[in-house]
Amino acid sequence: MVRGIQKLLRSGRVFDFVAPNAAKDLDLSRGTVLYMEDVSVSFDGFKAINNLNFYVNAGELRCLIGPNGAGKTTMMDIITGKTRPDTGTCWFGTRLNLLEMDEPEIAQAGIGRKFQKPTVFEHHSVFENLELAIAGPKGVWQTLRASLTPLQAERIDEVLELIGLSDEFQRMAGALSHGQKQWLEIGMLLMQNPLLLLVDEPAAGMTHQEMDRTVELLTSLAGDHSIVVVEHDMDFVRALNSRVTVLHQGSVLAEGSMDQVQNNPKVVEVYLGE
Amino acid sequence: MMLRLLVTLLMLCLSSASLAAEIETGDATLDGAFEQLLDRDFEVKAQGITALAASDNPKTDALLRGILEGGLRYLTDNKRLVWVQTHADGDHAIDALSGEDYGVYTSRKFKKFALNNAMRGQIRTLLAAEELSNPDPSVRLNAVKSMLDTVQLSDAEQFSKLLEKETDPAVRKAFGSAIALAQLNTEDPKQRHTAIAALSGQLEPTVRNALNRLAQSDPDEGVRVDAATALAEIEEKVHFYGYIETLFFGLSAGSVLVLAAIGLAITFGVMGVINMAHGELIMLGAYTTYLMQQLMPEMAGLSILLSIPTAFIVSGLVGIAIERGIIHFLYGRPLETLLATFGVSLILQQLVRTVISPQNVPVSNPDFMSGLWQINPVLSLTYNRLYIFAFCLLVFAGLFFVLKFTRLGLQVRAVSQNRAMARAMGVRSARVDALTFGLGAGIAGIAGVALSQLTNVGPNLGQAYIVDSFMVVVFGGVGNLWGTLIGGLGLGIANKLMEPWTGAVLAKILVLVFIILFIQKRPRGLFPQKGRAAEG
Amino acid sequence: MLLGKILKGDHGGKVFLLILLAVMIAVPILNALSPDHPLYLSTYTVTLLGKYLTYALLAIAVDLVWGYLGILSLGHAAFFALGGYAMGMYLMRQIGDRGVYGNPVLPDFMVFLNWPKLPWFWYGFDHFWFAALMVLLVPGLLAFVFGWLAFRSRVTGVYLSIITQALTYALMLAFFRNEMGFGGNNGLTDFKDILGFSLQSDGTRIALFIASGLALGFGYLACRALVKSRLGRVAVAIRDTEDRVRFIGYRVEHLKLAVFTFSAMLAGLAGALYVPQVGIINPGEFAPLNSIEVVIWVAMGGRATLYGAVLGAISVNYAKTWFTGAFPETWLFALGSLFVLVTLLLPRGIVGLWRRREGE
Repeated sequence: MVRGIQKLLRSGRVFDFVAPNAAKDLDLSRGTVLYMEDVSVSFDGFKAINNLNFYVNAGELRCLIGPNGAGKTTMMDIITGKTRPDTGTCWFGTRLNLLEMDEPEIAQAGIGRKFQKPTVFEHHSVFENLELAIAGPKGVWQTLRASLTPLQAERIDEVLELIGLSDEFQRMAGALSHGQKQWLEIGMLLMQNPLLLLVDEPAAGMTHQEMDRTVELLTSLAGDHSIVVVEHDMDFVRALNSRVTVLHQGSVLAEGSMDQVQNNPKVVEVYLGE
Repeated sequence: MMLRLLVTLLMLCLSSASLAAEIETGDATLDGAFEQLLDRDFEVKAQGITALAASDNPKTDALLRGILEGGLRYLTDNKRLVWVQTHADGDHAIDALSGEDYGVYTSRKFKKFALNNAMRGQIRTLLAAEELSNPDPSVRLNAVKSMLDTVQLSDAEQFSKLLEKETDPAVRKAFGSAIALAQLNTEDPKQRHTAIAALSGQLEPTVRNALNRLAQSDPDEGVRVDAATALAEIEEKVHFYGYIETLFFGLSAGSVLVLAAIGLAITFGVMGVINMAHGELIMLGAYTTYLMQQLMPEMAGLSILLSIPTAFIVSGLVGIAIERGIIHFLYGRPLETLLATFGVSLILQQLVRTVISPQNVPVSNPDFMSGLWQINPVLSLTYNRLYIFAFCLLVFAGLFFVLKFTRLGLQVRAVSQNRAMARAMGVRSARVDALTFGLGAGIAGIAGVALSQLTNVGPNLGQAYIVDSFMVVVFGGVGNLWGTLIGGLGLGIANKLMEPWTGAVLAKILVLVFIILFIQKRPRGLFPQKGRAAEG
Repeated sequence: MLLGKILKGDHGGKVFLLILLAVMIAVPILNALSPDHPLYLSTYTVTLLGKYLTYALLAIAVDLVWGYLGILSLGHAAFFALGGYAMGMYLMRQIGDRGVYGNPVLPDFMVFLNWPKLPWFWYGFDHFWFAALMVLLVPGLLAFVFGWLAFRSRVTGVYLSIITQALTYALMLAFFRNEMGFGGNNGLTDFKDILGFSLQSDGTRIALFIASGLALGFGYLACRALVKSRLGRVAVAIRDTEDRVRFIGYRVEHLKLAVFTFSAMLAGLAGALYVPQVGIINPGEFAPLNSIEVVIWVAMGGRATLYGAVLGAISVNYAKTWFTGAFPETWLFALGSLFVLVTLLLPRGIVGLWRRREGE
């Protein structure tokens, strides 16, 4: 009888595909992954986001820059469900209303987020970190019964290769260098097969070599994934060679290539003036 | 021999009634009155009292009071009225009128005046009537109030006369009530109406009883309705004062909570140390009070006042020792602090058991803490609760001042917000930690002084408060002193408001359930800390 | 096979299970010896050991949520006591008309309080299977409801610890009330039989000891299996960085709720085995201090190892028994100092003495 139940539960895994995993449920027919329109949010009277309009195209690599307090992190909080805006709409594709979903649902739907401070599971090995992030059903029972399929193991190896941690796979994540933790975190996002990657300050605390490799990694990921990178380091942004959006006081100040943005008088004033 | 003595005594007693002019005072009116007083018939005695009261001798009042209280006697040998005065060599007889000392008498020689209860009542009324014209307004006021119970229609006229002469507003008001009360008994329903109107809003039980009687059984329908309305109005007021009283009980219960928790608000709230020995630091404060009282048993008041700084120092030093010896090594490991300080709490408990006593010790209340403050006939507040409440506010204000306006306070806040940065700015964080912990511990000691006045002082005193203290701090919001104050007082009031309906235990359970649910709604307490630092 | 898989790499666990097995075999044999024999183990000692085993099971339950999930529960004594009460109610029903008042239907305390009939929540406790079900369900349900509320609102850290303490404190006050129908102050006691066997007989005591040992052994294996599963590793991840887990798509509150509820059920089971051995259950078992003590056993033995919790529970309780016997006047000094010294000198508990792994 127990075996019968187990079988039933295992056959329940068919439903895995029904779960809002990656592209299945998305309508990208219009070529836009993320729509944020007229979004505002304030904390104790301070307007962190003010009437923001922001779009990300499928497969696009986009850089987000702006001075401290421009609302970059708050914007990511809104997209990933951590903060609810006071007004405005926020859609993933044309079918998923992000404002009606919570963090795990949004993550399962295909939005991955790297935190500003590298956050990995320090008491697990690099391999385990990636294993825990594997795309798929993440309910209590499935997690308890989960075991690694050969296909998944292969995928982990692939990602290990991509983030350059193949030799370190047995090491405790807590023992990695700062840069390696950043890569591991990006690797964990990749394990989720996300459509949209939000990457907050990936270059912070990296050496120049590490930065170059990160640029390589991110540009290679673009195309398959849409990526939004928040960064302060202008050399890094220039190296990414992508469209740039400048945020200021919670709304978009300018958008365009790095050169266009750099010659925009408003941007110059914000960064150099005052 | 025995028998003979008895016979003589009996003879004496019998003869005393029959002999004329048993008492000679030199004042004929008084002599006549006292003769009646010594009659065996109580009606005659009563007439004697009336006669005595009517006399214009200036000592009448004192004599009446002496008869009532039993201090006034007469001597059979010289027939004088005397006061009994106890000296080292025996009881002296002092002439009641001239003040002459007749020397020592054995107690058998002093004769008492026999009274019954009716006569006692009569004397009291007479004395009160005398007091109504006393020059001291507070004596007059008390006199009117004491007469309210027995006021008759016939007294109304006398009161009205007195009222005309009266100048003190409080006494005038009391006279008014007395007149109105008296007039409730008039034949004329109209006059009764006026009397009811005059009595509206008065809280004395006598007034309520009288109105109640009228509302039930007055022959006139209109008067019954009127009385009932006036009564309802009064009851409403009584209810209101009942709420005030509950509120006061709540505030005093809350101030106990705040006192117990406020030290924890520092050590746990500001420093993030889970100090399970907090209750024992309170206990040490209570024991300090006990020891101070043992040192100066005669001066309960002074010893309490001195206990406050002493307890602060004792508990504070123990706190600093705990911080330096144990907690200092465990920063960043809050749960291990819990374990170690729990060990400390066991040691401290055992310490007082071994050194002082495993039993509860008696701590007395000084005089200024006992008694009550009568605000009106239905509302009185006990002084010890009032003092505890005031003390709680004082301690809070003091602590608030220290944290807000002193250098130590600034450093404490700096270290609690960002230890590394504070250090970089030259704050000696280790010293600040020790002092902060000492401050929190010292406040716990002060709380112990206050608690020693309310509960039993024993080795388990601390354990009774530790859970409540953590609740208050968490409910108020960790790291926020105001939260602790508002939270503690609020929980105290909520507890007392529920008690009449639910009983004390269920009220406490409901408060706990409320806290559990409240934390769901506001996971960081009543007044959460704001900003990015609080996100961690 | 399954056993091998669960215990793979868990040396401490293997040692612990072997010792447990040896004790479970040796104790009945030593008890069966003649009382004059130097190795004879009195039935009193057997019961004492049985009690320690139930404490050890409770400690494992606490270690599971504290060591692996990061929830410092200061309320596990409540689940333990609830399991105990469920078992106590069954044992009360088994007294039948042998109580002081001889009432065939009502337990003594209800007769004393002049209750006309059995309250509805006592129905069903005549049956062992029902009581056994309740031993798991009642603590489980309470943990589920409480956890659902708390985890959903993301109450964490000290706030969570304090409200678990409020929970057990509130239950203690509630069970002290006679109106609750659980014997008030005195609790449930004067038990006679369990499953038809006298609780006073040596055989029953040995059987209860063995049952406690089995419960501990299987409880350990279940927890170890859980910890080794992906769920267990996600639990540790939640303990370390809850947000990261949430942002890779796990429903943190569901996972927490599942582990917390399972742990509460284990605690309930421990309580149910404890009560027939000590012969009484009263509201004092809910005291917040008891919960803190359990945490101390775990810290003492070594957090996040499971067998460390067992070691801590048994050694602290043995120390307590020994200290109270050896220095009745000053044993709290000794116990208190022990806690202080262990925290300062052995931050990873006794187990940390020989265990240098997991990069903590």
